Amino acid sequence: MSTGPQLHDLTIVGAGERLRSGDVTSVDLLEAALDRAHRTEAQLHAFLTLDREGAGAASQAADADLAIGRDRGPLHGIPMALKDNMCTRGLETTASSQILAGYRPPYDATVVTRLRDAGAVIIGKTNLDEFAMGSSTENSGYGSSYNPWDITRVPGGSSGGSAAAVAAGSAFGALGSDTGGSIRQPASLSGIVGLKPTYGTVSRYGLIAFASSLDQIGPLSKSVTDAALTLGAIWGHDPLDATSYSGAYPDLTADLDKGVSGMRIGVVSELAGEGYEAAVESAVQEMVGDLAGAGAEIVEVSLPTFEIALSAYYLIAPAEASANLARFDGIRYGHRAPGASTEAMMARTRAEGFGPEVTRRILLGTYALSAGYYDAFYGQAQRVRAAIQDDFARAYRRVDALVSPTSPTVAFKAGDRVDDPLAMYLSDICTIPSNLSGHPAISVPIGVDDQSLPIGFQVMAPALGEQVMFRVAAEVERLAAFTARPVIAEVAS
Amino acid sequence: MSWEPVIGIEVHVELATRSKMFCGCAVSFGEEPNTNVCPVCLGLPGALPVPNKQAIDWIVAIGLALGCEVSERSVFHRKNYFYADLPKNYQISQYDIPVCRDGHLELTVDDMTRVIGIERAHMEEDTGKSTHVGLGGRIHAAEATLLDFNRSGVPLVEIVSKPDIRSAAESRAYAQELRRLVAELGVSDARLEEGSIRFDANVSVRPGGEDEYGVKVEIKNMNSFRSLERAVDFEIRRQIDALEAGGEVVQETRHWDEEAGVTHPMRTKEGSSDYRYFTEPDLVPMVVDAEWIAAIRAALPELPAERRARYVSSGLDDELAGVLSAVAAPLRQVYEDAVAAGAPARQTANWVTGELTAWLRRSETDPEEAPIDGRRLAELVLMVEDGTVSSSAARDVLEGVLLGEGDPSDVAANRDLIQMSDAAELEAAVDAILAANPEAVESFAAGETKVVGFLVGQVMRATSGKADPGLVNRMLNEKLGG
Repeated sequence: MSTGPQLHDLTIVGAGERLRSGDVTSVDLLEAALDRAHRTEAQLHAFLTLDREGAGAASQAADADLAIGRDRGPLHGIPMALKDNMCTRGLETTASSQILAGYRPPYDATVVTRLRDAGAVIIGKTNLDEFAMGSSTENSGYGSSYNPWDITRVPGGSSGGSAAAVAAGSAFGALGSDTGGSIRQPASLSGIVGLKPTYGTVSRYGLIAFASSLDQIGPLSKSVTDAALTLGAIWGHDPLDATSYSGAYPDLTADLDKGVSGMRIGVVSELAGEGYEAAVESAVQEMVGDLAGAGAEIVEVSLPTFEIALSAYYLIAPAEASANLARFDGIRYGHRAPGASTEAMMARTRAEGFGPEVTRRILLGTYALSAGYYDAFYGQAQRVRAAIQDDFARAYRRVDALVSPTSPTVAFKAGDRVDDPLAMYLSDICTIPSNLSGHPAISVPIGVDDQSLPIGFQVMAPALGEQVMFRVAAEVERLAAFTARPVIAEVAS
Repeated sequence: MSWEPVIGIEVHVELATRSKMFCGCAVSFGEEPNTNVCPVCLGLPGALPVPNKQAIDWIVAIGLALGCEVSERSVFHRKNYFYADLPKNYQISQYDIPVCRDGHLELTVDDMTRVIGIERAHMEEDTGKSTHVGLGGRIHAAEATLLDFNRSGVPLVEIVSKPDIRSAAESRAYAQELRRLVAELGVSDARLEEGSIRFDANVSVRPGGEDEYGVKVEIKNMNSFRSLERAVDFEIRRQIDALEAGGEVVQETRHWDEEAGVTHPMRTKEGSSDYRYFTEPDLVPMVVDAEWIAAIRAALPELPAERRARYVSSGLDDELAGVLSAVAAPLRQVYEDAVAAGAPARQTANWVTGELTAWLRRSETDPEEAPIDGRRLAELVLMVEDGTVSSSAARDVLEGVLLGEGDPSDVAANRDLIQMSDAAELEAAVDAILAANPEAVESFAAGETKVVGFLVGQVMRATSGKADPGLVNRMLNEKLGG
C-alpha cells in the first residue's frame, strides 16, 4: 500500500490542475476511482451501478477534447457519481426501489445533460434510501451502504451512497438530492462538503420525485470550492421545470476568499441542547468562536418555529410523496405482480415493490390529505411552513447567515435506528427548516469526535444567498483545516 | 302533483392547441396508439409538467365569452385517483381557484330566451383511453384492457353549469349552444363523434314550488345531443315515477344505455369520491393579469348572443335572428354583405336560411364554397322587392346563379323570368285562362270563391311564373264580378 496523496484523494480542483498540466489523463482519473471502488465496494456498497463502459468512453472523449484544446471547464474529465434517483438514458435507474428494478429511462435528467455538457464523466449510480426516504441509506431496496470512517456505521442518508463514494475516493464528486437534509446530513456524517441550493435553481427535470416542493439536487464534494464549481455547472434556468428560477444567478466563486470580517452571523439557539452530542456541540461552539476571531459579529438568534418544523415536514413530504409515487402501478414500467383484475394487479405490485418506510410514508401522506383531515394536517403544516419562512425572514433582517450543527450526532451504528422511525426522523432536525423555506444551506466538515467520526457545520443563507453561504463556508473550511481522511481496510471485491 | 326537474351539465371540451397541456406532444386524432407520447404525458419517473400558454389563452377566451369573472391568479391541483389510463394516477386539474367563475349562457328554447348560469370553467389534462376487449366489451367481462396514451395530456376545459336547466330540451339546447360557442371561438374541433366535446348531466326533481333540491343523480355516456336529451328525459321520468310510487331516489352515478334507452346504476368504486386534492407542487400559480385578459378580450370574435341581439336590432324577429345566427359563418357573411349592399334584412335572412341553405344541402355543397356572394344575393332580393321577378321565379333565378349562369339579372333574362308588367299583356293571359275554364267561372258564380286560387295558378303556369300573382288575383276578382 502506497503512502502519500493518491490520485483518488484529489479534489476536483486538484485533479483538474493535474489534467491540464498533462500529468494525468481523464482515463487515469477514472481508473483511479474505479480501482478505489473495486477495493472498497464490498465494505461500503456505495454504488448500485458502475458504468465502466460509458464512463470509459466519456473519459477518452474528454482526453481527446483536451488534447485539441477544447476545455469544457472545471468538471472536464472528472469522474462523478450520481444518486440513483436521477434519470440516465439507457442506464438502470431505480431510486433504490425494487418497484423500478431493471428500469432504464429513455431520457437524461437536466442535471445529467448539464454534467455531460460540462465534460464530466459519469462513473455510476449511487445507493440511497428508497425514493430518498430515510437518513441512513438502510432503507435501500438493494442493501445498506456503510460509512468509510467506520464500516459498522451508516453514511447518513438518503444520499449515503454519494457521500460514501466521495469520502472513499471512488468518485471525485457526486450529486445528491436533498428533501429534508438528504445531502447535508450524509455529508456531515461522512466528513465531506454537501449543499442544498435555493429551491428552483437546479432543475428537477429527471429527478424521481419524493416531495416536489422540497426536493433540490446539489453537490457532494471534498471541498467548498469543488462544491461551488459543481453547482455552477448544474444550476440555471430550465424551461422543462416550471418551478425553475428564471432571474439572475449569483457568481458562486467571487467571494470565496473574502473572509467573514464585518459579517453578522447568527447562531440558532433552538438547534442545541437535548439530543445533541457533546462533541458536536463543542466543535460547533469552537468554530463559532473561530469565526468571531476571524472578524465576524456573532449574534444569538431564536427561531421558535424550528421546534415544529419536523412535524410539518412529516406531513408535507409524505403528502406530496403519496401522489408522486402513485404512478408506480406496474402498468407502464417497472415491477408488475400478477392480479385477477387491474386493481388487484396494481395493489399487489405496490405491496411487493415498496419497502416498509416508503409504505409508511405513503399511508401517512394519504391520510394527511384525506377529506376531513386535510385542514388539521396538511393545511396546518402549510401554515407552519409559512411561519418558518417568516421566522427566517425576520432573522435575515438581522444577520447575513445562520449557523448550526448539520446533524445532532455523528454517524450512528448500522441497525440502531431502523426500528425506531422517530429517532431516525430526528437526524434531520437541523436541516429540515431550510427545505421548508427553500433557502440554501451547506455542511462543511470541521473535525472529528473521540472515535474519529466526522462532525459537520451547517451554514444557512437567504434565498439566492449562495454567494454569502459560500463566503462563510470557505472561511469555515480554512479555520477548521480539516484534513483527516477515512482509512478503509481495502479488500478487493 | 307537479314536479320540477333541476339539471346541471358538465361539459368537457378538448382544446385544439398545437401541443398538449403540459408537454410538447402534438394534439392530433387518429394516430397509431402510443406514438404521440413522451416522458411527461406517460408519467415517467422524473418528468415534469410545463403549462401550455395557448391553452391558458383559450380558456380565458371561453371564460370571457361566457361572461365569467377571470381569476388573475389561479392554482393547479392534483386530483388523486387510481385508474389504468391515468398515467400519474393523479390528474392535474383545478379545485378551489379555477380560471373562470360565475358566467352565463343565453339560449333560445321554444321561442323563449333562457339564461343558464355558469358555475365555473377550469383547466385540466385529459386521460389516456382504455379499450376493453373480449367478452361483450364490459369491464368485468373483459379479457384484456388496451391502453392508448395519445390523448393523455390533451388540454381539457371543464365547464360546469349552475343547476338552472329545467328540461331535457333545455339540456340539449344548452349543450348545442356551448358547442357552437367553442366552435366559433376556434378553440376546439368540437366534434362529438371524436369525443372532443363530452357531457355529463346531474338530474334531480322536486315538487313544483319547492326551494330545496331533490337527490341528485349523475348520468354519463351520452355521446350526441339527442342522447343527452333522451337520457335526461328518461332520468326525469324515472325519478318522478320512483317518487310517485312512494320510493326514493338514490344519489349515484348512472350510465346511459343508448340502445335500450334507459339509465343503469354504474358499478361504484369504493373510496373513489375522495380525490385528496392538493396544490400541484410542480407548477406555480397561473397569473393572467388584466392586460393579458384585455388582449384576449379584444381578440374575441362576435359571440352568438351578441350577434343575435344585433340581428334583432336590425329588424329580424327572435326566431329568424336565432336561425340566422346559427348558420355557417360563410353564409352569414353572404347575408352581411347583401344587407350592406342595400338588401332589406328580413327578406335577405329568409333567403339565406331558407332557399340558399336548402339548395346547399340538396347539392351537398360546403357553405365555404357556396357559389354566391352578397352582391348577387342583394341584387336578387331587390329584384323581388321592386317586382322585377316574382318570388316564385326568384327561386329559379337563385338556382341559375348557384349553377354559375351569371348575375341574377342575366339569369332572369336568359331564363325568361322577368315579371310581366304590361297590364294589357297580363289581361290577355287572364282572359285566355277564364275562357279555357268555364266550369271554374261557374263555380265562382255559385259561391265557391276559392277557385280563384286555382285560376291564379293557371295564369302563373301559362306565363311561366312571370306574372305578378297579386295583380293576377286582383284582376281575376274584378273580372269574375267579385
